[in-house]
Amino acid sequence: MSTFLGMPVHAPRGVGHLRGDEPFPAAARTALANPQLRSNLRHATTTIRGKSGRVIAELPDWQELRSAGSALKTYTMANMPRLLEQLEEKVTAAGGVVHWAADAEEANRIVTGLIQETGERRAIKIKSMATQEIGLNEALEEAGIEAVETDLAELIVQLGRDKPSHILVPAIHRNRAEIREIFLREMPGVDPALTDDPAELAGAARRYLRETFLSTKVAVSGANFGVAETGTLAVVESEGNGRMCLTLPETLITVMGIEKVVPAWQDLEVFLQLLPRASTGERMNPYTSMWTGVTPGDGPQNFHLVLLDNGRTAVLADEVGRAALHCIRCSACLNVCPVYERTGGHAYGSVYPGPIGAVLSPQLTGIADNASLPYASSLCGACFDACPVKIDIPSILVHLRNQAPHPRTEKAAMAAAAYTMDRPRLYQRAQRAAKLAELLGRKGRALPPPLNGWSASRDLPEVPDESFRDWWRGR
Amino acid sequence: MSSRELVLGRIRQALASPSAVPVIPRDYRRGPHPVDLDLLVERLVDYQAVVHRSSDIPGTVREIIGDGWVVVPPGLPVEWQPARARIDDGLSPAEIAAADGVLTAAAVAVAETGTIVLDASPDQGRRILSLLPDRHICVLRPEQVVASVPEAVARLDPGRPLTWISGPSATSDIELNRVEGVHGPRNLHVVLWEAA
Repeated sequence: MSTFLGMPVHAPRGVGHLRGDEPFPAAARTALANPQLRSNLRHATTTIRGKSGRVIAELPDWQELRSAGSALKTYTMANMPRLLEQLEEKVTAAGGVVHWAADAEEANRIVTGLIQETGERRAIKIKSMATQEIGLNEALEEAGIEAVETDLAELIVQLGRDKPSHILVPAIHRNRAEIREIFLREMPGVDPALTDDPAELAGAARRYLRETFLSTKVAVSGANFGVAETGTLAVVESEGNGRMCLTLPETLITVMGIEKVVPAWQDLEVFLQLLPRASTGERMNPYTSMWTGVTPGDGPQNFHLVLLDNGRTAVLADEVGRAALHCIRCSACLNVCPVYERTGGHAYGSVYPGPIGAVLSPQLTGIADNASLPYASSLCGACFDACPVKIDIPSILVHLRNQAPHPRTEKAAMAAAAYTMDRPRLYQRAQRAAKLAELLGRKGRALPPPLNGWSASRDLPEVPDESFRDWWRGR
Repeated sequence: MSSRELVLGRIRQALASPSAVPVIPRDYRRGPHPVDLDLLVERLVDYQAVVHRSSDIPGTVREIIGDGWVVVPPGLPVEWQPARARIDDGLSPAEIAAADGVLTAAAVAVAETGTIVLDASPDQGRRILSLLPDRHICVLRPEQVVASVPEAVARLDPGRPLTWISGPSATSDIELNRVEGVHGPRNLHVVLWEAA
């Protein structure tokens, strides 16, 4: 039998940042022991929840916009081949070059090759989840190309030799005092009198990167939206580093996940209202850039669009799980999640943390490589309520828990329970036996091995003196 | 097999069992709605833009930057031209960055979000002009203002390079609070033009 080459496959191992070094419970334990981290996270997520809530309340049609956004995404998934072909055609017609990357390795190879063709040894980067996911910076470094992160939070992470911990604000785990220390230690030419005033810290980043912006000839970006109808790409940002990267260099390379395609120009009217309010809690983010191919005399004269699969088609193949691809990367679900607020993003191991990461990462890698993530949730549902495109994250979590590998003892215990509950006499005897076991000294304590895993974080229920059946009979 | 065929083949395989495709509900507010200029001003000011109402553009520019000089795009209306202006005839990035400010027109503004949109028309110029100087002065004609985002999207031409601007450059990267002033212009002045 020959393998059909068109079968969706997961993101390959050994490249990129979708898999952690240890399972979530172990990583979470380390994170929870860090009071500074918890305090920083609590402060930041509380701030953003308040801001976001206030600007969302200003819109009388927020729920209608969410429904439209959700339907648009479902439509996009169902029509993806046609929309991507249309996007390719329009970008090409406008002077851009479209590349297709089956996985992280191929995407890295394409981008590295394109930069090498320009003869440059340095590229400036706009914050992009896709390029973090594929580990582009490491691939470029191996090829002797310096990748300079220009987003303030990414810069903090890069200078601090740290890992991003939030989709929107990768340095959310750092407070202003820690950021000042990183800048003083790592930023060449920084003013030693720098204080921890956020405006001063932002000013330091401005001075540090100015010359780099003006002298670098290649930029790499992600994309928030790619409009199939017109070939228009959009990047949503705050600082102006995005505008610098999209305007000043001669060559622009954009890496976009295939799910970021949007059917029509008009559809941006929905997403441009949903994203900023759900994300930074602003009515509109300071800057949004949109470009269609190449404009003579304005901006980069060479434009490349790399369309990335890297496991996305495997997510698409799951009829329940594919809704995870609807995500517009606003990070509202992180900011409302009681688990994320306490553990932070590093514990999730993947560049996609929080509730959306718990449903996206295991599907991109295959459930075996991220088996603990679907359990990194209390299923409280706050993420579903906060999601601007109404992704039912709790349902996908439960769906993935069913797919995750379960220990044989758990399967055996469940089968035994089912057998017993099907047989009333047996069930009655089991109830009495439970009481007996309790009297034998296991009251409130853990189950014996191999079942002690279940009771490690749970107290055994106290068995009542008399079962309902016994009480009913003796009435 | 090319990667293009491979990826498209995988997508088709993933979608092999057809699912219900929804009709897109468009019952959110799409306009047209009456324009509230006061709301625009309020929202601009809320995000730290400075708003002026003026029929004398050169005079207003002088008020803002004193003796400094501004870069202007080649198609700026002559009557808006300040005395100390340098027309962009292919200026280098260093020359643009050295200006005390840049004066442009705009394409569209959204009252509800306090947003102005530039579309690189001759009265707005190349995108680099409104990016490098630390002070951006943007003149808005009242008829360019719409109430909501959908009305702005409908007016814009996606074939042009578009820059949506809502307040001066800012960041939320330090403790998720908005701080003004990173890489883009740190001062945004919006002049509502009142025909004399």
